[in-house]
Amino acid sequence: MQAGNLVLLLIALGAVFYFFGWRRSYAVSAPLGGVRHLHSLPGYYASLAAVWCVLPALALLGLWLIIDDTVIRTNLMASLPSAIQPANEVDYNLLLNQIRNVAGGALNPAFVPAEVVAAAEQLAAMQARNQQMMSIAFVSIAVLGGVWGWSRVQPRLRARQQVESVMKWMLMGSATVAILTTLGIVLSVLFESIRFFQKVSPMEFLFGLQWSPQIALRADQVGATGAFGAVPLFAGTLLISFIAMCVAVPVGLMSAIYLAEYAHRNVRAWAKPILEILAGVPTVVYGFFAALTVAPAIRGFGESMGLTVASESALAAGLVMGIMIIPFISSLADDVITAVPRAMRDGSLALGATQSETIKRVVIPAALPGIMGGILLAVSRAIGETMIVVMAAGLAANLTANPLEAVTTITVQIVTLLVGDQEFDSAKTLAAFALGLMLFIVTLGLNVIALKIVKKYREQYE
Amino acid sequence: MSKTTEQVRKSLKARYSSEKRFRAFGITAVAFGLLAVVVLFTDIISKGTSAFVETYIQLEINWDPEELGIDDPTDPDQINVADYDALIKAALRERFPEVEGRLDRRALYQLASSGAGFKLRDQLVANPDLLGTIQTQWILADDDVDIFIKADAEERQSKRLPEVARPWVEALERDGQTDIQWNASFFSHGDSREPEQAGVWAAVTGSFFTMIVTLVLAFPIGVAAAVYLEEFAPKNRFTDFIEVNINNLAAVPSIIFGLLGLAIFINLFGLPRSVPLVGGLVLTLMTLPTIIISARASIKSVPPSIREAALGMGASRMQMVMHHVLPLAMPGMLTGAIIGMAQALGETAPLLMIGMVAFIVDIPGGPLDASTVLPVQIYLWADSPEASFVALTSAAIMVLLAFLITMNTLAVLLRKRLERRW
Repeated sequence: MQAGNLVLLLIALGAVFYFFGWRRSYAVSAPLGGVRHLHSLPGYYASLAAVWCVLPALALLGLWLIIDDTVIRTNLMASLPSAIQPANEVDYNLLLNQIRNVAGGALNPAFVPAEVVAAAEQLAAMQARNQQMMSIAFVSIAVLGGVWGWSRVQPRLRARQQVESVMKWMLMGSATVAILTTLGIVLSVLFESIRFFQKVSPMEFLFGLQWSPQIALRADQVGATGAFGAVPLFAGTLLISFIAMCVAVPVGLMSAIYLAEYAHRNVRAWAKPILEILAGVPTVVYGFFAALTVAPAIRGFGESMGLTVASESALAAGLVMGIMIIPFISSLADDVITAVPRAMRDGSLALGATQSETIKRVVIPAALPGIMGGILLAVSRAIGETMIVVMAAGLAANLTANPLEAVTTITVQIVTLLVGDQEFDSAKTLAAFALGLMLFIVTLGLNVIALKIVKKYREQYE
Repeated sequence: MSKTTEQVRKSLKARYSSEKRFRAFGITAVAFGLLAVVVLFTDIISKGTSAFVETYIQLEINWDPEELGIDDPTDPDQINVADYDALIKAALRERFPEVEGRLDRRALYQLASSGAGFKLRDQLVANPDLLGTIQTQWILADDDVDIFIKADAEERQSKRLPEVARPWVEALERDGQTDIQWNASFFSHGDSREPEQAGVWAAVTGSFFTMIVTLVLAFPIGVAAAVYLEEFAPKNRFTDFIEVNINNLAAVPSIIFGLLGLAIFINLFGLPRSVPLVGGLVLTLMTLPTIIISARASIKSVPPSIREAALGMGASRMQMVMHHVLPLAMPGMLTGAIIGMAQALGETAPLLMIGMVAFIVDIPGGPLDASTVLPVQIYLWADSPEASFVALTSAAIMVLLAFLITMNTLAVLLRKRLERRW
């Protein structure tokens, strides 16, 4: 049976044992004079029986699914006749794929040696047997567990405590998913990056000025030497993020100040949600807007002024990214500005300062750490933003500071390196993970610093 | 008057004008933001509305068995493989007898969509009596004709329709033999190389399955994690470490989650590429921090007096949480979950990493079928060179935005309806 069906069956079995546990708890309490003589409510006894049925079986299923593939593979390859025993790892994988494809029906058995066909048949038989054994083991563990749980239902059993401790462990398990995710990110990115740095030296990657990740298929191919100097990517990312910040910081900050300090309550009630719509628009929509509306407009405008503008200019991507970040900055700035105590404003106004002087000399300096934290978070957003630059920025790795030229970014390169067919061992694919590592380190650093600043600031006024 | 007062009075004018300037900056900034919203939406809507309708041309279809190559109308195989394009070609020749020469003929045949033949087949399968009759039919036009018809007189000059074909289309239009009808295939088809036959339905179902997987995993895990952290976790370094992790994950770029999915789910666990199951797993990890943070906030807002009352009546901690805190915090948690789902629905980058950029024609039937999602479909269409795809992309964006607006409105309504102030 398939794993999915087994899980459905398990749910049914769990329900059955819940029912029997319930029945038994009533049965054992009857001679004592009713359920009030039980230690726990009948539902807890029932749940305990169901837990004993479900959890061990699920654990078994998980373990089985993790190891069965490896076990089948090693057994299969060991049993191959020596004539086709693979010599090295590449041959090993090739042969294994061949056998699997024949067994799966993707490859016509007429095209492969007879030994492979035999191996494929053996594989199919092993897989069928594996399925069978798994189903039998799974169901028997579930039933045995359920019966054990059911037989333990006694008036003195502390069922509630046991069920609650199981629940508590499950809650804790859910909370550790966050740690596992971080661990998964770090390991997956780090592991592949180390493999990349075995092929390309970290110095070349960090300080090289040439980026052209094509690996030559033939030795005499033109322009396909495979250069992995990531400086142009870092520069392009910084350029686009800088343009975005030039748009988002003044606009976001000033609109936060205006809405918090000047605007009438009604204006604020309307303008704030409308601005926040910008935060809810998917990035792919911004990418489309940048590529098809803003970029041609900038190009047309530039050409009417006699400038040469690339059709995928950094300016278009940066401008639209800035628009995307406006609500992010304005809502963070709004939070910190409104957190500045009223008394500080009143003091300044009472001394005769105008409202703008109060804002510039008192409110902003007081809110500055919080605002800086917000801006740092926004920068990390801009650096990690993908879809806008994939759709509106270029692919050519130019090292330039001219916003009218096309540049490429870290995220664009990750996407282009990993989308489409890929072999998993080439430096080209692994380079994407090295870029991912850089991205992760930089954004993580920015976030940690920003969160620290914001937190420290908050403590000051609370 | 003292000297200081004099000095202050002199500077007043400059200070007031600076005040005015500052205010004007503020108004400009807000106006810029609002303008951006307006421009963005009008741009998308003005580009996209034309894709909700498509052009049909009226032709006299002669269901000639010989032309079709059917000699036995009772044989379903023959009806399936018959040459229906020939009928349309014949009808076009009939309509424009003056067109001769191979190149011109080919241009003429291209007035009709390449998929129009399938529709005729479906008609014949449904009603075999049509064979041998002559009928007036509305045939789906090619996308070049469609764009040409929809454009006004001035814009027509720049459209892609070949020069020779323009008089024919104008003749059809003059005789009332073109019609613009509701584009039903947009909401029922999968992707296609031909813009007039492409639809979003495959992407919408793909998104649906992905969202189901995400919701089923992210909501229970997120709520459980929030309950643990708020109600049970002891104050120690382990708990602090979990909190730091959650806060940082909330700000990790989404593309990194794609790398995680590629390296762990696909390469390590061997799950298939391009399926909603893996997409849902990746989006679960991505939305979990959002859901946990909002769930914690709503658990925190339940007043301690309720917890104390429950404990005072003899409830265990777990009973107190399950029977009292969770039901009261549920509306806030649901709101947070909907907002997290809306974020996940619009997410593209991590799904590109796990191969959900496939060209999907068939409507996926479950979370293990290869599929794409709405934002990725938008990305794919935005890259297509044909001009018609611009309208199609904008229309798909409108569909996506409609979903997002619905979800966010739902969240706001839910919050208004169920929120309690203590």
